Amino acid sequence: MLLDTTHNIATPEGVELRLPVAGLGARSMAWLLDALIKLAALVVASMVLPFLGDLGQGLWLIAFFVLLWLYNVVFEVLNHGATPGKKTLGLKVMNANGTPVGWSGSIIRNLIRFVDTLPGCYAFGCVAVLLSKDFQRLGDLAAGTIVVYEDKGHAGSAIGDTDAVAVKVPLTLDEQQAIVGFGERASRLNRDRAEELAGLMTPVFGEVDADRLRSHAAWLVGGERNQ
Amino acid sequence: MKQEAFEARYADAWAELEQWIVLLSAGRRKLTSSVDRGKIGREMPARYRQVCHHLSLARARRYSIGLQQRLNRLALDGHQHLYRARTPVFSAILRFIIIGFPQAFRRQWRYMLAATLLFYLPIAGMALAVQIEPELIYSLVDPGQVAQMEDMYDPANRVLGRERESEKDVVMFGFYIMNNIGVGFRTFAGGLLFGIGSIFFLCFNGLYFGAIASHLTSAGYTETFWSFVSGHSAFELTAIAIFGAAGLMLGMGALAPGRKVRWQSIRDRALDSMPLVYGGTGMLVAAAFVEAFWSSTTWPPVGLKYMVGAVLWILTGLYFGLMGRSEP
Repeated sequence: MLLDTTHNIATPEGVELRLPVAGLGARSMAWLLDALIKLAALVVASMVLPFLGDLGQGLWLIAFFVLLWLYNVVFEVLNHGATPGKKTLGLKVMNANGTPVGWSGSIIRNLIRFVDTLPGCYAFGCVAVLLSKDFQRLGDLAAGTIVVYEDKGHAGSAIGDTDAVAVKVPLTLDEQQAIVGFGERASRLNRDRAEELAGLMTPVFGEVDADRLRSHAAWLVGGERNQ
Repeated sequence: MKQEAFEARYADAWAELEQWIVLLSAGRRKLTSSVDRGKIGREMPARYRQVCHHLSLARARRYSIGLQQRLNRLALDGHQHLYRARTPVFSAILRFIIIGFPQAFRRQWRYMLAATLLFYLPIAGMALAVQIEPELIYSLVDPGQVAQMEDMYDPANRVLGRERESEKDVVMFGFYIMNNIGVGFRTFAGGLLFGIGSIFFLCFNGLYFGAIASHLTSAGYTETFWSFVSGHSAFELTAIAIFGAAGLMLGMGALAPGRKVRWQSIRDRALDSMPLVYGGTGMLVAAAFVEAFWSSTTWPPVGLKYMVGAVLWILTGLYFGLMGRSEP
């Protein structure tokens, strides 16, 4: 992978875990959603709390403080690293070493948010996200946290029902992996695109169509139904 | 081994680990009720290492991306559960109050000293300056605000029964929480900019407080003003200095990383400064409580108010000087 947005974590078990880090766009959207949720919460508080008189007014000020400073901390620590906004966009916060973010890490990144907003419109934060390797804003850099796309879950390999057809020509490992990858994705591609991609393999197989390539993929992962 | 054979052989093991992770994520209550708890504790680490091994194999053998991603996700989930930091919250808080906070305060005494000077020297300097040249207050505080302050602490107004009703106390409590802790947090965070933000907030708040205090004193509102401030002053002023010290630590991490990479140095200092941030927040909550429900009362004689203020200062000093010296 020459140019990629994955963050690699070396575990004590000697295997490298790979995480796709989230960029400025997705993070801004999540921020916007959270801002709207907080605004809605304040509006609701403004409608309900006046019934409590002065106590309500005091509570409103405390609610404002909590939403401003602690909303992200509470959700990030207690909700598996995701505020509602991040959850909607499929993002989550974790420590750069792959462990879940804790109280201190989350508090540092969310207090330093104040510096990220300087001198206005999150200017420092945006510049930091664009310049840093793992799209970290200043708070992330100071806390050692990253924002990643949460893996939505995979069914594993799913080439589906197709006859396995043996490959008669020698293939390199990279070619094999490309064919298997094509097999997995073929059902999600439209017909023309699938044929276009299959056409790329012409130098290896001669004339080949998408169905045949899928059959090769099925054979490569181990199918032996129909030599 | 062909991929399908590999998947078929280990499918059950992976599915079981996936199921354990779902159980673990569901939280402690579900887990205690399930009989699987002991089994998960015994077998999960080994199963996790096995999956890590399978992930390495899948990559080396160039199995499909889909399978690699599934194993990557499984290993990551296992990693997150195995290496999660677990701390019992309540005993940790108690331990922090009795031992951790005062120890951190003393351990960072250089920063505490610097922050205290950066805060109190402007107070003293501005107070003196306003005594000599009363007009100076208007260079910092706008006239409307000065008038408002005078109105608030004018003894004549108090006698006329303009003390705010006690129900308003809770409103002020909310306000002090929002405003004062916000100031504390900004003083800390601003330290990231090579300490400049912390120095600015410390000095600015010092100058502001010095100007107001000096102005009201020379206006002759001594009793109303000082009896109001004395109660919460110990907690509030000390806490602001503490947030300043934590911010200066961040700034020092950025300025003088030593042998570390700059951001690593900042990260380490940030973690070191967290006890001060936690403790400072607790002190400001306490200060807001005292300010809203004690400082605003007018029934106690002025002497009692000063006495409470003095006692709280002494207790604060004793707390940071003596607590946590020996392990219980």
